[in-house]
Amino acid sequence: MIVSILQFPGTNCEYDTQHAFEKLGAKTEIIWHKNETIPNDTDLLVVAGGFSYGDYLRSGAIAKFSPVMKAVKTFADNGGKVLGICNGFQVLTEAGLLPGALKRNDGLHFISKHHNLKVINNDNIFLEELNNGDVVNIPIAHHDGNYFIDPEGLKELEENNQILLKYTDENGEIKNPNGSVESIAGVCNKAKNVFGLMPHPERAMESILGSDDGIKMLQGFIKA
Amino acid sequence: MKAIVNVSLKAGVLDSQGKAVHHALDSLHFSGVKDVRVGKQIVLQLSETDKEKAMKDVTQMCEDLLANTVIEDYEIELV
Repeated sequence: MIVSILQFPGTNCEYDTQHAFEKLGAKTEIIWHKNETIPNDTDLLVVAGGFSYGDYLRSGAIAKFSPVMKAVKTFADNGGKVLGICNGFQVLTEAGLLPGALKRNDGLHFISKHHNLKVINNDNIFLEELNNGDVVNIPIAHHDGNYFIDPEGLKELEENNQILLKYTDENGEIKNPNGSVESIAGVCNKAKNVFGLMPHPERAMESILGSDDGIKMLQGFIKA
Repeated sequence: MKAIVNVSLKAGVLDSQGKAVHHALDSLHFSGVKDVRVGKQIVLQLSETDKEKAMKDVTQMCEDLLANTVIEDYEIELV
């Protein structure tokens, strides 16, 4: 299992992501955004979190034009597995690889805390190790995590089981921290090979640090 | 030539910053404000002298980068 992790100027979760996947037994490589190719043997490409290009203009807006992104698009179009975490999710929506957009949080504050998430659809390689309705405790850390999609787009997400996770309380009841449409925390594309979520599973790998529920999530990719 | 691009959230997309500004105006007793929308202005100095060509170029810039048309509208003014 080879995990390639993208690094833009301003990315700051690449080493956490590397640690998380190596803990699960994967080999990892960090790919600088100026590269025009990604390693041929990549099984999973991760767009890590952070603040690419200082979030200038819009979060992810400038990163989508980095040289490496052409290779990422080709990889995804050919069925390659792609995971965007936090800023990575923003980059993937900006690049048109995932539907919708991430707006400023409704409360206008940067939110950094553990939050419960409910698994909505597990019929995909990412969440297949979990059951629908399972609640996981994963940190969130974002300013622009307010997921928006228009009503037609939302209908399509629901019909194709593309909603992965929703923000909830510990009992799985909707609890929306940032104003996201339908409390959505993560989605995938129609072909179910491109995944994006605002919460950070790579930061939930050690129970002594608050939660190791991230293991259950990222393991899906390892076993796939 | 100068292009002034105004980017704002689409009607129907909740503008939380606009709402916060509206609240602040209310608390300052500016009671006549019905709605506030916060956008951003991008000013481009262009070497192009043909207005039609400039409009076409800037429109493409908006579609590709300056606005995210999933959530934002843009207006272009050439001066």
